[in-house]
Amino acid sequence: MKVVVDMDKCQDHGQCVFAAPDVFRLDDAGHLTYVAEPGEASRADVEEAADVCPLQAIRIED
Amino acid sequence: MSSRVVVAGAGLAGLRAAEQLRAAGWAGAITVVGDEPLMPYNRPPLSKEVLAGSAPFESLAFRPRASCADVEWRLGAAVASARLDRRVVRLDTGEELAADGLVVATGVRPRRLRCPGPLAGRHVVRTMADARTLRARLTRPGARVVVVGAGFIGCEVAATALKLGAAEVTVADPEPLPMLRPLGALLAHALFRRHRERGVRFALGAGVAAFDGEDRVTGVVLEDGRRLGADVVVEAVGSVPNTEWLDGNGLDLTDGVLTDELLRAGGLPHVVAVGDVARFPNARYDGVPRRVEHWSMPADTAKRAARTLAAHLAGAEPDPEPFAPLPTFWSDQHDFRLQSFGTPALGAEDARVLHGDLAGDVVVGYHAAGRLVGIVALGGPAAVAAAARHRAALLRRPALTP
Ligand SMILES: Cc1cc2nc3c(=O)[nH]c(=O)nc-3n(C[C@H](O)[C@H](O)[C@H](O)COP(=O)(O)OP(=O)(O)OC[C@H]3O[C@@H](n4cnc5c(N)ncnc54)[C@H](O)[C@@H]3O)c2cc1C
Ligand code: SF4
Repeated sequence: MKVVVDMDKCQDHGQCVFAAPDVFRLDDAGHLTYVAEPGEASRADVEEAADVCPLQAIRIED
Repeated sequence: MSSRVVVAGAGLAGLRAAEQLRAAGWAGAITVVGDEPLMPYNRPPLSKEVLAGSAPFESLAFRPRASCADVEWRLGAAVASARLDRRVVRLDTGEELAADGLVVATGVRPRRLRCPGPLAGRHVVRTMADARTLRARLTRPGARVVVVGAGFIGCEVAATALKLGAAEVTVADPEPLPMLRPLGALLAHALFRRHRERGVRFALGAGVAAFDGEDRVTGVVLEDGRRLGADVVVEAVGSVPNTEWLDGNGLDLTDGVLTDELLRAGGLPHVVAVGDVARFPNARYDGVPRRVEHWSMPADTAKRAARTLAAHLAGAEPDPEPFAPLPTFWSDQHDFRLQSFGTPALGAEDARVLHGDLAGDVVVGYHAAGRLVGIVALGGPAAVAAAARHRAALLRRPALTP
């Protein structure tokens, strides 16, 4: 699956980090980094992350 | 065959319900009825960046998914009543709509104080219209503001009012500390200090007895006799579920719409409830039905309720797996951000600092019967990253008792 985060929208909230820690991470500077093509096993967690992102910045493509 | 699902309420939960019905395979008609004359929009910024003017009102619009292109939106019309046995709802226009399935998504409205005194000058914050009116008042120079209610919305509005240059901002509440019930004394005390350090005053320990003023509010009188001068009053004292239109159908409407563990109301297979209005048992915790007014709930409830309803409408049995969401919540106040995972209120008696200290970035864990039931991170990304390390413990469910 492919994950795209709109970095113009993202405010480094980290709600996604909690929902899907294997895919989303906050780096030492506090900025979001993420795995762009996580395995299918992460799908449920990534969907949860997309739902809880307060800025609706996470898109799942296919 | 032309079956239809009616979604009553066009807020976030109504929007998510329409999207999730499509995702669950419902191909029939969907009509969403909403009494606000607007497409669903985002409420949290109404007490934060939009009220402060740092984000425009236009930024609140949601982008409905492509799967909702054929959904019919009946905006500016209220559902006035329903006959669930006949599967119809009636709008305030007099029109009747057949509803083979019904999604209750009518949310809540602010509770109002019923004490003597003028009405003018008293505000609430729920809708875009509310926020526009309040913003116009708060941006007048030198305003003295009293916020009644020290919950999340009240504390957010107090912080925003200061940012807008209010001369004086006082938060009044009968509880001894702000946000005490949801967060417990440990963190409530730390937040109380932070607000005071940033210039918010508090009048705690007494409820409101009356409002001073002739045509407009000029002050607030507390039950212990204290008087607070005020040009603007904001009432943030909780909410009332919008369920009157469901009266007469034998549903339990004590505090919202009571549902079963699959989000069905009144044991009816064709009626489900979602979002702020739904009072549902959470199998993750004690199974006691509660309403949860968190932004994450519309998505969680809609996903589960849509699967329940779509299965029924397709003539199938719904998946029996009980609903067990992990509630999450955030709140921005001044320069700090709170993020909550799980249900801290259930463990407020046993709150412990897990990382950091209460004066800086801190993570607090809430426990019930020795088990972690909630986590609150206060501060920046480091606090959230630290909170995430407890995710597995928070998600662990107790073994089901036979
Ligand atoms: C100021 C504010 C700040 C918030 N901040 C946060 C936050 O920081 N974090 C967080 O997690 N949550 C926050 N929330 C809570 C979050 O916004 C709500 O949980 C969420 O909006 C609930 O969505 P809903 O669709 O269930 O209800 P609503 O958004 O209330 O939608 C219900 C809709 O139904 C309409 N309606 C009611 N009766 C009828 C009828 N009879 N017929 C037709 N339509 C009807 C209503 O007018 C409304 O448009 C905040 C809420 C507010 C008000
Ligand atoms: S939840 Fe959304 S805003 Fe927050 S860090 Fe993740 S993508 Fe960014």
